[in-house]
Amino acid sequence: MTHAGTTTKPTPPPKPTRSRPRLALPDSLAGWLLVAPTVLFLAAVFAYPVVSTALTSLQDAKLTKPGEATFVGLENYTDLASSDAFWQAIWRTVYFTVVSVGLELILGIAIAAFISRRFAGWRFLRLAIFVPWAVPTIAAATMFRWIYNADYGALNGLLFQLGAIDQYVPWLADPFAAMNFVIVTDIWKSTPFVVLIVLAAVAGIPGELYEAARIDGASRWQSFWRVTLPMLKGGILLVLVVRTVEAFRVFDIIYILTGGGPANGTLVISYVAYQETFRFFNLGRGAALSFIISLFVLMAALLYLRLLSTRQGETR
Amino acid sequence: MHPSRLERFLALLVTVFILLVIFLPVAWMVISSVSPREELLATPPHWIPERLDLSNYTDILAPSAESSNMATTFRAALINSIQVASAVTAIGLLLSIPAAYALARIPMRGGRTTMTAILATRMLPAISTVIPLYLVASSLGLMDTKAVLVVLYLSFVLPFNVWILSGFFGTIPREIEEAAHIDGAGRLRILVSVVLPLARPGIAATAIYSFLLAWDEFFFPLIFTSTRDAKMVPVAISEFTGRHAVDFGAMATGGVLAAVPVIIVVLVFNKLIVTGLTAGAVKE
Repeated sequence: MTHAGTTTKPTPPPKPTRSRPRLALPDSLAGWLLVAPTVLFLAAVFAYPVVSTALTSLQDAKLTKPGEATFVGLENYTDLASSDAFWQAIWRTVYFTVVSVGLELILGIAIAAFISRRFAGWRFLRLAIFVPWAVPTIAAATMFRWIYNADYGALNGLLFQLGAIDQYVPWLADPFAAMNFVIVTDIWKSTPFVVLIVLAAVAGIPGELYEAARIDGASRWQSFWRVTLPMLKGGILLVLVVRTVEAFRVFDIIYILTGGGPANGTLVISYVAYQETFRFFNLGRGAALSFIISLFVLMAALLYLRLLSTRQGETR
Repeated sequence: MHPSRLERFLALLVTVFILLVIFLPVAWMVISSVSPREELLATPPHWIPERLDLSNYTDILAPSAESSNMATTFRAALINSIQVASAVTAIGLLLSIPAAYALARIPMRGGRTTMTAILATRMLPAISTVIPLYLVASSLGLMDTKAVLVVLYLSFVLPFNVWILSGFFGTIPREIEEAAHIDGAGRLRILVSVVLPLARPGIAATAIYSFLLAWDEFFFPLIFTSTRDAKMVPVAISEFTGRHAVDFGAMATGGVLAAVPVIIVVLVFNKLIVTGLTAGAVKE
C-alpha cells in the first residue's frame, strides 16, 4: 500500500507518513483505473493512425489504388525538400504564423492593459471581447469573405462612400494582399483569446507589487515593464504555444476565404497536405507533409517550453 | 492617479474604436441575413435595408415545400451539430473527470509522462491521423455517421478537458480531501462526494469549452461526412459559398445561426469561462 507522504510530486510542505484507515484499493491502482479509459481511447485514436501514417509516408501510395503501395524510403521527403512549391508553402505558413501571432500578442496585451486601466465603459468592453472568440471560425471566415467581396462587399462600400477609393477593388485578387486579408480575419477572431488569457493573468498579480513599485518611484510605464510583463510571462508563453500551434496548421479560414489562391498566394502547408491527400490522392506525399507540419509545430513548442523553464528559473 | 480629461477623451476614442471593430462585421452579417436579395446587391450597400426579409430564417427554421434544398440541409446540420456536440460534451466529461483528477492528485509512477503524452497529442495536426482513421471508418461502414464524428471529436476534446480540469482539481485544498480520507472515504468516494461538488464551476466551464470546440470543428466533418445524415453546421456554411451559386443572404443567415446561440451562451457564462481560463491555463 502506498502512503501519502511518499509522493513524487512536489507538495509543500512534506507530510509525515501516516497510516491510512481502510482503503478499498491501493492509491496508484485506483489512479490508473481512473486514467485508463481516457488513455486507452486516446491510444486507439492516435497510436495506430500515427504509426500507420509514418509508414505511409515512406511509400508511394495512392488512395485510388489501395493495396498497391510500394516502399520508396525517404523519397517523399527528398522530393518535397527539392521542390520550390514546398518551400514557398513553408515560407507562406511562417509568414502567416509570425505576423498573425505577433500582432495578436501585441494587440492582445495592449487591449488587456487598456481594459485593466478601467476607463469608462471597461466592463462592457471586457464583455464585448468575448464576441469574436465565440463566433465559430467558419462563420467568421464566411462573414469576412462577404465583407471583402469584390462586387458587393461592405469594405468596398465603406471605403467608396468615405472617398478612400474611387472604384471597387477586388481585395482578394492579389496573392500577397489576399494573405494579409486572411491574417486580418485571423487577428479579428483570435486576439480576444490573448486578451482573455492576459486579463486572467493580470488578475493574479498581487497589488502589493504595484504599491512597492510606486513607493520606489516607478512611473506607470516602468511598472508595466518591470512588474506587469514579467508576471505575465507564464500567460504570454501559454498564448504563444497555443496560438503558434494553431496558426502553423491554419486551414479553415483559408478554405473559406481563398481556397489557397489566388496564384497559390495563400497556399499554406496544411492546405498543401490536404490537396495532396484528398484532391490528388497522393497518400504517401500527404503523410510526409503532415509529419513535417508536426515537426515544425513540435520544434516551436519545445523552443517556447525551453524559454518558459529558463525564465522561470530566473524570476522565481 | 486620476486620468486627465484629455486621457479620458482618448480612452473613449479607443474604446469606441475597439467596439466598432468587434461589432461592425457581426452587425453587417446580421443585417445581410435579413436584407432582400436586390438590396444586398446594391452598390454602395444599403446599410439599413428598406424592407425586412425574414425568408432566409423561415426557410431554415420552419421549412415549407418551397424551401430550398440548401435550407433543409442546413436545418438538418443544426440538429446534427447540437446532437454531436452534446454527446461529445457528455462523454468527454465522463471520461476526463476521473482521468484529470487522478493525474492532478494521485501520486502515480509515470503519471507525469502520461499527462505530457496526453497534452502532446494536441500538437499533432489532424491531417497526420486522418488517412488511417478514414480507411478504418470506411471498412467499418462508419463513414457519414454521427457516431464516427463523436469518436473523432473526442480525440481533441479529451486532451483539452484533462488539461483544464487537472488545473482545476489542483486548486482544491488537499486538506479537505485528507479530512475525508481520515473519515474512511476511498478515492472514488472522495472524488464523487468531496471533489466534484467543489469543482462544479470548473466542470461547467469545461463543458462549455468542449461544446464550443465541437461546434467549431470543420476539418473532420469535411472529410468524414457527405450527406445530411451527418452534416455539421460549419460544413453546411462552407457549402453556401462553394458548391452552389453563392447566395449571400443565405450564407449570412447560416453564419448568424451558427454564431448567435454560442455568443449568447458565452456572454451569459463569461465569468465561468474566465474562471476556467484562470485555473486551467494560467496557474499551470
